Amino acid sequence: MLTGAYALLFYVATLVLVGGIGRKVVQYARTPAPLKIPTTPAPVTRGGVVMRYVREVVLFESLFKANKWIWLFGWIFHAALLLVLIRHLRYFTEPVWAIVALMQPLGIYAGFAMVAGLLCLWARRFLVPRVRYISAPSDHLMLVLLIAIGVSGLLMKYIFRTDLVALKAFFLGLMRFDIQPLPADPVLLIHLFLVAVLMIIFPFSKLLHAPGVFFSPGRNQVDNPREQRHLAGWTAKLGAGQ
Amino acid sequence: MSEAATVEQPLSVEDFYDATVLPDPCEIPVIEPGAMADSKPYEAAPEFQKALGFPGELVDDWHEKAIAKLGELVEGSRALRVYLDTCVKCGACTDKCHYFLGTGDPNNMPVARQDLLRQVYRKHFTVAGKYFPWLVGARDLDEEVLDQWYSYFHQCSQCRRCSVYCPYGIDTAEVSMAAREIMATVGKGQKYCNEIIGKVETIGNNLGLQKKALVATLEDLEEDIEDETGVAVKIPVDKKGADILLVTPSADFFAEPHIDGLIGYAKVFHQTGASWTISSYASEAANFGLFIGSNENMREVALRIRTAAQDLGVKRIIFGECGHAWRVAYSFLNTLAGPFDFLDQNYPVPQHICEYTYDQIEAGKIKFDKSANDHIRLTFHDSCNVARGSRMGDTPGGQFEIPRTIIRASCNHFFDMAPDTIKESTFCCGGGGGLLTDDLIELRKKGAQPRMRALQQVAQDHGVTHMAAICAICKTQFAKVMPDYGFDMDAILSVHQLVSNAIILDDAKTDQPEAGDGDNAQPAAAQ
Repeated sequence: MLTGAYALLFYVATLVLVGGIGRKVVQYARTPAPLKIPTTPAPVTRGGVVMRYVREVVLFESLFKANKWIWLFGWIFHAALLLVLIRHLRYFTEPVWAIVALMQPLGIYAGFAMVAGLLCLWARRFLVPRVRYISAPSDHLMLVLLIAIGVSGLLMKYIFRTDLVALKAFFLGLMRFDIQPLPADPVLLIHLFLVAVLMIIFPFSKLLHAPGVFFSPGRNQVDNPREQRHLAGWTAKLGAGQ
Repeated sequence: MSEAATVEQPLSVEDFYDATVLPDPCEIPVIEPGAMADSKPYEAAPEFQKALGFPGELVDDWHEKAIAKLGELVEGSRALRVYLDTCVKCGACTDKCHYFLGTGDPNNMPVARQDLLRQVYRKHFTVAGKYFPWLVGARDLDEEVLDQWYSYFHQCSQCRRCSVYCPYGIDTAEVSMAAREIMATVGKGQKYCNEIIGKVETIGNNLGLQKKALVATLEDLEEDIEDETGVAVKIPVDKKGADILLVTPSADFFAEPHIDGLIGYAKVFHQTGASWTISSYASEAANFGLFIGSNENMREVALRIRTAAQDLGVKRIIFGECGHAWRVAYSFLNTLAGPFDFLDQNYPVPQHICEYTYDQIEAGKIKFDKSANDHIRLTFHDSCNVARGSRMGDTPGGQFEIPRTIIRASCNHFFDMAPDTIKESTFCCGGGGGLLTDDLIELRKKGAQPRMRALQQVAQDHGVTHMAAICAICKTQFAKVMPDYGFDMDAILSVHQLVSNAIILDDAKTDQPEAGDGDNAQPAAAQ
């Protein structure tokens, strides 16, 4: 019963996540960018734009220019989240990939770093009047959700240990449409439920910044309007001037 | 070199010379909700609305029309769609807008300004906003919101400073252009911009200056230049077969210090033997279609330049000193009015006057007597649309280096303002984006505060006396607001005014004594 419910929950969550993001990505890709509007100085070649994105996505370059505190907390959270996600691949792969095994110790520290980063980001929403002013309930709840996922994960690691072998069998089974029993530990169930919730709200929330950043004309356009006539959307219908 | 420092300086900076610590240009104010809620420009009269293809006054079904228009804009602009979806409310932009820094009104924080439109987008175009409006801050467009739109989307100068700092490159200018376009479409247009666009589309320039008056003005100017220099520097109008069409803001024909810049362009063309002309049909570089977010009007104004270039049979198009005009020219002209295959392909189309002058300096074709500017200790204001919406030359950042190279070539004493207030981080003058109107004077003065504080700093640190700019709006705005910050209105200069002061004209009259020559050649700076 419990196993069946969670199996269904994760199938639905995966469908919503993949389908929802896929739908938005297609929508972004199909929506035209009729004018050249990169924020300059901007790269003048495709390769330059790729480098701009590497700096933006890996180092959060613009955020660094803007505000060192948000950058620090935000970068720690995202980097830690990445390590945590890589570490979690061990529950979905058999045999476990060498790189994932290698990351194992780092991934555990990352769990703490992630929660710490999130707590600092949440504190800003209360302590900085400007940020408090722009925060909607969903902005707080998103942080609460992520913190709860992080904390429940850490609790399982250090206090309420669960049957990891059975858990892995459950997820490997899910991937092969062969449902295996899920351990009925409360903290695990909470952790998994919150993760599923996160997956489901992803495509309907500001978490769309993850795919969205790659479609931002201000960042992804090549600065070459004089060299190459840019035509898209309504400007694509323009002929030779008249 | 610096003996000329005895010339009377136009600044009165005593007030802040005594202060040991000047206020920081980027100082973050305490937030004061509603502080600027009453600031709004006059609405366009029905005749001016209709002339641009908009309804004369607010239509009965404005709500439906506005939502439909928003949907249409989102469908047609990846920028708008992505920007409305991706903001995570991180707060990076909250202290980046000069209007927020100057007023403390939280709706002038870029994210809060965007949210005025984003809340309506969420309500009508997102699942979360439709079913959980309270959760994500969604709200329908009612009269109160429309009123807020009119107020706060006319407190954005579309300067793009926020977009530099946003981790996703979200550009509030795109959002405010969309909001203004929606408002104009339902009959709530802005008087200042719409009247001006009407004049360009019927007469050819923002001032509504007819050809006869334009020619007479420029003939007078030619006489003035000749009286002063002894050289017959010409400013041709509608000269068929000229090589270069100069498109410059019409303020260059009349206003101070703009006109001294125009004299500078003319001297550079004269000295380099260029064949050039101004067009009376396209006697305006400015394109306020950008400000109101109207693609149709922006295109119509842009097409006049193509038509003028074809009618006159020119080979090149060069733009004068104007910030947003250069953005439209550099970034959009090829798209809106191209292809320009009928022009000389050895030069970029279009070019900026600074690129032209820079190339001539590099080629050694113009020389300067820099001492002619020795009474000036100069700083340079990067205009926002040039800095963050365009480029000059071949490499990114050329828009910063090329004007500075011209300044250094013509002026001995140059000092930059604080690094976080120049180049890509430059502060708007406070009057850009279609806000250069007297009905917004309070906003303009407050919005100028960060730039003025940076200027006060460099005046204190380096004895700077003047600031140069390459934007007609910046020049007009600074001339108006500088007195409020302890500077004389003559402290703002055109970059080509410095060129004009210092350029050595080959056939200049030599019968005048040196000293007198120097005085006369510096019309604005010697006040």
